[in-house]
Amino acid sequence: MRLLFGSLFTFLIAAAVGLGATWLTLTRGVAFGSLTIGAWTAWPKSGSVDIDPYARAKIARTGELPTGMGDGVAFYARGDDARNSFDGRCAFLISGMTPAARYWTITLYDPDGKLVANAIDRHSFTSDEIVRDNSGNFAITVAPLARPGNWLPTGGVDKFVLVLRLYDTPIGVSTGTTKEGPMPSIVRKGCS
Amino acid sequence: MIRALLWILSGLLLGGIVHLSTVLAMPQAAKLDAYSRLAPLTPVNAMVPLPAPTADTTIMPYMDPAFAAAVCRYDLSNGTIKLTAPVSQAYTSVTFYTRKSVAYYAINDRAAGRRTIELDLMTPEQHADMPEEEDVTAADRLIIESPSTVGLIVLRALAPEPGLMPMARRALAAAKCQLQPPPQ
Repeated sequence: MRLLFGSLFTFLIAAAVGLGATWLTLTRGVAFGSLTIGAWTAWPKSGSVDIDPYARAKIARTGELPTGMGDGVAFYARGDDARNSFDGRCAFLISGMTPAARYWTITLYDPDGKLVANAIDRHSFTSDEIVRDNSGNFAITVAPLARPGNWLPTGGVDKFVLVLRLYDTPIGVSTGTTKEGPMPSIVRKGCS
Repeated sequence: MIRALLWILSGLLLGGIVHLSTVLAMPQAAKLDAYSRLAPLTPVNAMVPLPAPTADTTIMPYMDPAFAAAVCRYDLSNGTIKLTAPVSQAYTSVTFYTRKSVAYYAINDRAAGRRTIELDLMTPEQHADMPEEEDVTAADRLIIESPSTVGLIVLRALAPEPGLMPMARRALAAAKCQLQPPPQ
């Protein structure tokens, strides 16, 4: 009797711990070999055959196709430099410079990787269309309501994700490059 | 007391095994991976343009809306694949994925170095079966070995501004993904 209860108890713990850990790692996005610069994190290896089992499981579950290593590298941000998570009812200022790349794009998604509906049908900016100041720096305001300059609308969603993709870039290609690139800063500018 | 601790300890150990095996089994078990999403929309061994992602519909999550994309769902069991893609004015890339969405090779227009990206895709066995001389004359031909018999080739052309999207789409429309029957 004691053996039966004991083993049942053991199996319960095993199921809870094992499945719980799997669910946590896949939804939180744990993957090895990450490259974090400021608020931005990239997993360059996820775009190559060296992809780790966690990243492999995650992309199989979400159904996305990772950016290939010879193509570019994608940096994800879920919060600003002060670790405030992105809220679509707040305004965030993204400014500064990007690392060397032939082109880059910055796109706003909901946490499921879908674009967010908004009145002006603006979901992203490319390095070519962005309005810059005289020194070549740029500033993008991510906010629910219209702003002058480069405005990326949030559509007022609860949570969002910003993805900065650098195309044809040396970042992340040569292994062991953890030299900090000039990634744009993200600062919260108040909430409505 | 010690007996209870032992039960807990073995539970944790078993839990670790459950965790690792579910993570490793996920790619096999996933029903909605990229290949499964694309299979009903794309014929085999043909280049098909993908609809641009919108807020309402997106075939796959995290698609870059600044790019026009086309996909070739390949099957190498009846021959090799010859891919030809004219490069667009801005930026064009080709990424090869296995059946399980692993990006095993990617190249952009500048690395390909020509006005058209030309690649031959084959399995390691098909590559080994290639006649010697052909391999030599094909020195300027790029040969890619696919780790899996089926997979995806995704072609992406950048529209640096929304007005240039038709140009990017036109460049992709001329791309071809052709099955080359094995030499007799």
